[in-house]
Amino acid sequence: MSVALQTFDLCKSFGGITATDHVDFTLAKGARHALIGPNGAGKTTFVNLLTGVLRPSSGRVELKGEDITAVSREARVGRGLARTFQINQLFGTMTPVEMIALVTSERLGRGRQLLRALDRDAELVAETAEILARFRLDDIMDERIATLPYGKQRQIEIAAAFAAKPSVLLLDEPAAGVPEAERRELMAMVAGLPEDVSVLLIEHDMDLVFRFATRITVLVNGHVLAEGDPDEVARDPAVRAAYLGEHAHG
Amino acid sequence: MLTILFDGVAYGMILFVLACGLSVTMGLMNFINLAHGAFAMFGGYVTVLAMQRLGLPFLWALPAAFLVAAAAGLVLERLVYRPMYAKSHLDQVMFSIGLVFMAVAGADYLMGSSQQFVQLPAWLSGRFDLAGIGVGRYRLFIILLCGALAFAMQWGFTRTRFGSRLRAAVDDARVARGLGIPVNRLFALTFAFGSGLAGLGGALGIELMGLDPTFSLKFMIYFLIVVTVGGTSTISGPFFAAMLLGVADVAGKYLVPQLGAFIIYALMVVLLITRPHGLFARGRA
Amino acid sequence: MSEGSIEARVQRSLYAARRWHPAEIMFWLLAVAAFFLLPRQLLILNEIAILGLFAVSLDLILGYAGIVSLGHAAFFGFGAYAAGLFAKHASADPLAGLAVGMGAAGLLGLLTSPLILRGSDLTRLMVTLGVALILGELANSLGWLTGGADGLQGIMMGSVLGLFEFDIFGKVAYLYSLAVLFVLFVLARRIVGSPFGLSLRAIRDNPLRASASGVPLHWRLVAVYTLAAAYAGAAGALLAQTTQFVSLDVLAFHRSADLMLVLIIGGAGYLYGGLIGAVAFKLLQDVIASFTPQYWMFWIGLFLVLFVLGGRELIHGGIKAVVGRVARLGRRSPT
Ligand SMILES: Nc1ncnc2c1ncn2[C@@H]1O[C@H](COP(=O)(O)OP(=O)(O)O)[C@@H](O)[C@H]1O
Ligand SMILES: [Mg+2]
Repeated sequence: MSVALQTFDLCKSFGGITATDHVDFTLAKGARHALIGPNGAGKTTFVNLLTGVLRPSSGRVELKGEDITAVSREARVGRGLARTFQINQLFGTMTPVEMIALVTSERLGRGRQLLRALDRDAELVAETAEILARFRLDDIMDERIATLPYGKQRQIEIAAAFAAKPSVLLLDEPAAGVPEAERRELMAMVAGLPEDVSVLLIEHDMDLVFRFATRITVLVNGHVLAEGDPDEVARDPAVRAAYLGEHAHG
Repeated sequence: MLTILFDGVAYGMILFVLACGLSVTMGLMNFINLAHGAFAMFGGYVTVLAMQRLGLPFLWALPAAFLVAAAAGLVLERLVYRPMYAKSHLDQVMFSIGLVFMAVAGADYLMGSSQQFVQLPAWLSGRFDLAGIGVGRYRLFIILLCGALAFAMQWGFTRTRFGSRLRAAVDDARVARGLGIPVNRLFALTFAFGSGLAGLGGALGIELMGLDPTFSLKFMIYFLIVVTVGGTSTISGPFFAAMLLGVADVAGKYLVPQLGAFIIYALMVVLLITRPHGLFARGRA
Repeated sequence: MSEGSIEARVQRSLYAARRWHPAEIMFWLLAVAAFFLLPRQLLILNEIAILGLFAVSLDLILGYAGIVSLGHAAFFGFGAYAAGLFAKHASADPLAGLAVGMGAAGLLGLLTSPLILRGSDLTRLMVTLGVALILGELANSLGWLTGGADGLQGIMMGSVLGLFEFDIFGKVAYLYSLAVLFVLFVLARRIVGSPFGLSLRAIRDNPLRASASGVPLHWRLVAVYTLAAAYAGAAGALLAQTTQFVSLDVLAFHRSADLMLVLIIGGAGYLYGGLIGAVAFKLLQDVIASFTPQYWMFWIGLFLVLFVLGGRELIHGGIKAVVGRVARLGRRSPT
């Protein structure tokens, strides 16, 4: 098994709160890995540490064996680490075409071109079109993102992260707040991601998690409570007590 | 040398009284009110008029300046400021610059463009020597009065019910609303009080800083330095920032007059770069 | 729907954003026509062109990258003094002076850009204001160089391209400023439609997502700040050259504040806002000055207050209606 992403003794505290507590975590190449845990367990914080939004208090992050702890956010994207946000972070005044074109243009290293017209760049146009088609955004591609329905915006979140052609994709509750009917379509998109992309999914809906994941890590109060394949985790008494139990009834 | 320090402290005290209202309103509503100086100017002119037209003595003109400026603050907050809270910082800045321009031109129209003076009572004018330091009586009066005010405010802010509600609202207005604190009324009162203090500062400052229609533009930058450097979440932050600014400004103008206000601006820029959340602000993540 | 057609639609969408709109062509034709139709107003037209260029500069950082500034006059004034001093001591050639003004202001922008990378809007407003004030103080106290409060006098300009002498009616001045404005405007238009320009909008809309999309925020902001500073420097240089005088006023606070007003009147984020705002602002100033020359500051202030309190929607609705009508006219003609 080769490793896509790994953390070593990763810690983060905010004042008195320890949000990430000595986490050693490994994401295998091509993994379908789920990260679960109650609200406030530190899942989003963990993703923020991986992507450089937050600096860890101590510990190390490695991407494909290289230490990226001190690497800037944008350079991590360049190295193949992309994410979505639990709360939509979109370019509200842009259209989906523009937003996907932006991500693609940065990936192709076009961002420093001051004079080239976007539409004259055949590679940029082709790859933007491909992403829009893949995520079924073509029918709304010229609308302002801020005016689109929430479900579509969630789709754009994922599409924008995927447009960076990541080797590791971190999805922070992609289906959060999406109505039941649209959830399926969204999760079908997640399930349909190429196999060579390693995916870490944060999700509360246990049905979705068990259908998607081949490996599960449980985070509680910032530390890893259990890790294993879905059956192991489901059977783990500590997990049942701390987490699954309360959800089985709710 | 010590005289410079003394004068600087007096100057800083006035700056504090002028600016602290701004600091609280900025912290409370996250509103950038560049027109704060206009209230100070208003207080100054009220004092001048009260003394010249009504023949009020200086000591009586001071509370008049406070009250009239506070009333103006109360009315304006209600009528024109309130719709601005939800707008962008840029809109707020443009809006309040507009108010400043109106105040400057209005003062020019009503009062003329010349410098105004007030006649201080005899017991407040002149200097006396204290252990070799020349102590201006008026400056001593300012230090005592403003120092007492600062203490009273610090006490009110940290010890009273009003103060604790205010602090809660400054920290997080939404949570405070949730707790049933009437944030709007709190803000209106604070705004009026801050405007009143500005008016009082303007009145006290006539002797030291002068008073003409450009007052609110000229000193705008000083208030803003006090607030940005001192932070908006305490009384003591702006207080020490004002002291620092007052002493630095007086010393700079006295020791290297050819550089003018250069030192102050440079100091502000350096401080803002090194401590973007204010010199005395609590650390934030 | 096949993949190919989506590609074509993507290309069309991206093209639509940079296509020349009929209303735009009309705008520039009007600017040229003004030269013939308003021969007595050339001096004020020249001022409008310069103010318009200055506003385009602010639009680049405010409208596109979302950086607020209360001290943009720093670059305008620096460019003006640089061009004025260059004309006085080195060469009277206008284009060389223009290049010097732009270069000097651009360099100042580059050097001060670290100041705007961090902090909130409030810090940025203060820091930019502080930089402009510092320059103002410097220009005041370095009297031997700048002429101090008397202003920089005795600037003699050569002819533009060695062909056109500046005249007292402002004929050459207006055409020169308009030409420079047009060239720099087209360049700016091109830049905002480039991948770089798109990344600026990304930063303005959402810095967090921009960096998560691989945009290096700091470098892009440094680049656009430098560029905008050079543009402001060009506007300052034009003023120095066409009026052959530079006063401390070029660095004054009210210049930065007026500039904000110009851009807010016209609307930020589409480049033409600065130009439309410049026309409106100068007209407004002219009208006000004709009945109360002394107190125009009051009316400008009142205008600002009313504008922010709700007048903007009215004005911008009006502009959109007019543009829409012109666009419909344009579409009817064969393409
Ligand atoms: N920027 C921050 N400042 C202070 N505390 C934070 C911050 N971000 C998260 N926390 C705290 O860290 C803990 C973990 O939060 P989070 O990572 O969002 O949990 P989850 O995503 O699992 O719901 C919570 O207690 C939260 O309040
Ligand atoms: Mg979370």
